Amino acid sequence: MYYLETKDIVKQYAEHLALNGVSIAVPQGSVFGLLGPNGAGKTTLIRIITRIIAPDSGVILVNGRPFTGQDVYRIGYLPEERGLYKKMKVGDQVMYLAQLRGMSRKNAQTELTKWFRQFNITNWYNRKVEELSKGMQQKVQFIATVIHNPDLIILDEPFSGFDPLNADIIKNEILRLKNEGKTVLLSTHDMESVEELCDNIALINQSKVVLHGNVFEIRNAYRQHVLRFRLFSDDFEMENESFTVLSKEKKHEYIDVRIQKKVEMENTELIKLILNAYPVISFEEELPTMREVFVSAVTSQSIKDN
Amino acid sequence: MNTLGLIIQREYSSRVTKKTFILFTIFMPVLFLALAFVPLWLSTIKDSEIKKIVVIDHTGIYAPEFKSTDDYRFEIVGKADESANYTPRLGKDFFAILQITDDLSKKPQNVFLISEKQVPMSLLKNIEKVLSEKVTRQKLDELSASGNVDAQTIVKVRHIIESGANVTVSTLRLNKEGETFASSSMLSSIVGIAFTLLIYIFLMSYGGMVMQAVLEEKRSRIVEVLVSSVKPVNLLIGKIVGIGLVGLTQLFIWALLLGSLTMVLGILPVFSNDAATSSQLMNNSMQPVNMSEIVAMFQTINWLEIILYFIVFFIGGYVLYASIFAMIGASVDNEQDTQQFMMPITIILLFAFYAGFYSIENPDGPLAFWCSFIPFTSPVVMMVRIPFGIPAWEKILSVIILYGSFVVISIFSAKIYRVGILMYGKKPTVKEIIKWAKYK
Repeated sequence: MYYLETKDIVKQYAEHLALNGVSIAVPQGSVFGLLGPNGAGKTTLIRIITRIIAPDSGVILVNGRPFTGQDVYRIGYLPEERGLYKKMKVGDQVMYLAQLRGMSRKNAQTELTKWFRQFNITNWYNRKVEELSKGMQQKVQFIATVIHNPDLIILDEPFSGFDPLNADIIKNEILRLKNEGKTVLLSTHDMESVEELCDNIALINQSKVVLHGNVFEIRNAYRQHVLRFRLFSDDFEMENESFTVLSKEKKHEYIDVRIQKKVEMENTELIKLILNAYPVISFEEELPTMREVFVSAVTSQSIKDN
Repeated sequence: MNTLGLIIQREYSSRVTKKTFILFTIFMPVLFLALAFVPLWLSTIKDSEIKKIVVIDHTGIYAPEFKSTDDYRFEIVGKADESANYTPRLGKDFFAILQITDDLSKKPQNVFLISEKQVPMSLLKNIEKVLSEKVTRQKLDELSASGNVDAQTIVKVRHIIESGANVTVSTLRLNKEGETFASSSMLSSIVGIAFTLLIYIFLMSYGGMVMQAVLEEKRSRIVEVLVSSVKPVNLLIGKIVGIGLVGLTQLFIWALLLGSLTMVLGILPVFSNDAATSSQLMNNSMQPVNMSEIVAMFQTINWLEIILYFIVFFIGGYVLYASIFAMIGASVDNEQDTQQFMMPITIILLFAFYAGFYSIENPDGPLAFWCSFIPFTSPVVMMVRIPFGIPAWEKILSVIILYGSFVVISIFSAKIYRVGILMYGKKPTVKEIIKWAKYK
């Protein structure tokens, strides 16, 4: 069941085609990563989803039916370019934003108290935004994004400007929201957090989706068939036509060896082969990091285009 | 509450609760009245020092005519004394030297008033009057002495001159019912200028405030958060309406304060009694007016009409200019970049202001007439013309053009605004901005 689908979204700016038939499908209750280099069209897509701008063509479905104006209130959006009124009090500001998203005053007040308590910032209520540090402001912005209990939370570069401690708080909140059945759309350059948080991703490059699917499957698809062995040995001297040794590293009494096997060879074959020759302490297959997937997908497309 | 209401409320209350707004709103009328009344009041205080004026009259004909008053004492010295003896003492022992070197009926230029400081208008007028009267009598005496005219005629002429031939022109205006009523074109000018100035200042300051507000939201990066739940056009309308209401509130409070303060001051005897005489003192050419006449003149002006049109033109002009200012605020990233776009707007507004100013001289002239139909100048120019009374069709046409063009401009502005608020970085060119209007 997909909570959000975009179908063949096209958006043309004066001389620049920002989105060229972009389709993504975000399953309900998952964290979806929207990746891509700068200027690929991620923010444009998000702005179309949040109805800030209109697409030239294409449709957006929420829960399988066309997106309507009222659905905006079901979305919580934290833009990349985000801020608050500097001269306004923190509490008033969150109240204002909550009411703009259709909450009643009373309801907004209750939720605000709950969230301020959870983030331990109750004493900030009467402080002006300009008195807060950037990290503190981002916490307030995050609360303002989710206070109206939206079903779809869209976060554009949510971790930029956060110290690791505060970034972890936000990461935990994202996972908690997911466990509550919310759908999270996350646009980020931080590939580690993609591995940590995302179930599915779409990689947009040069206005098109170049990669779409489950994170684990994608990493599998991009694997280089490299296995890493830790052996109880002084050296590793085995040679074979079906694999090549990439590196050897001696550490105390054992040695770490990285081996790339031919595609036809099964993992188990290789493991058996080595197990018979050396005492193996541990072994694992090296899956490419999302960073490597990202780089390889983006560069291979650029090569194709040129 | 709906979102538009919420936005208007925030824009409004965040401004009217500001300390600077409250202080400015309350003290401005006080300051204004102080500026108007303090000089008036000061001028009514008699100079305690009696100014001494030495009259050196070589002819001996004119000196006896000068009578000392509460303010001036004329000291007459014989012609034997030369002015040289007095000049070094000027400014210390006496205020001025009046030197008459020849018979003024034959050589009227031979009279000088020498002083160190600026001579008060009233003194100069007084001396001129005394001398003119004396010279007139001299000439009449000569005429009768010549024997060409009979004594009877001379007596009559003397009588005519003494009784005075001061003509006061009362300006009367014919209204539709054919009745005449007293009006004062001077008062119309003052009222027109006051409202024009007010509308000009408000268009500039509140239009500028809208631009600041748009820029502030863009610069603080809150705007994208807002437009994800509010339609940009609502955000724009909310802002313009909210700030416009702040302006109307300020006007209302000013009107209230000014009204009640002038009433309180009017009761004080120092102003009500002396205002007329002091204004006469300041400007001798002006005819003496008393308070009741001023009140009567005030009543000849159709205040209800003027205030009604003021509000109509204020709203129309404000929305028109605020839309343009909002467009500028949305198109750029920072204050410095607004300059380039502000310039033409400022020039147009300034032109409107001067056009209004010169329309006082000729409220029905071609400049005033055509500027009444250009929406960018009409709110300013019309406020000058309305107190003078102009045909109804001109007023109605002017309002229709103004409101029609603000609808067109604000729709265009909303299109630019919607795109501009999300654009960061390079300052756009006018060509690029116009392209934004075509974005879907």
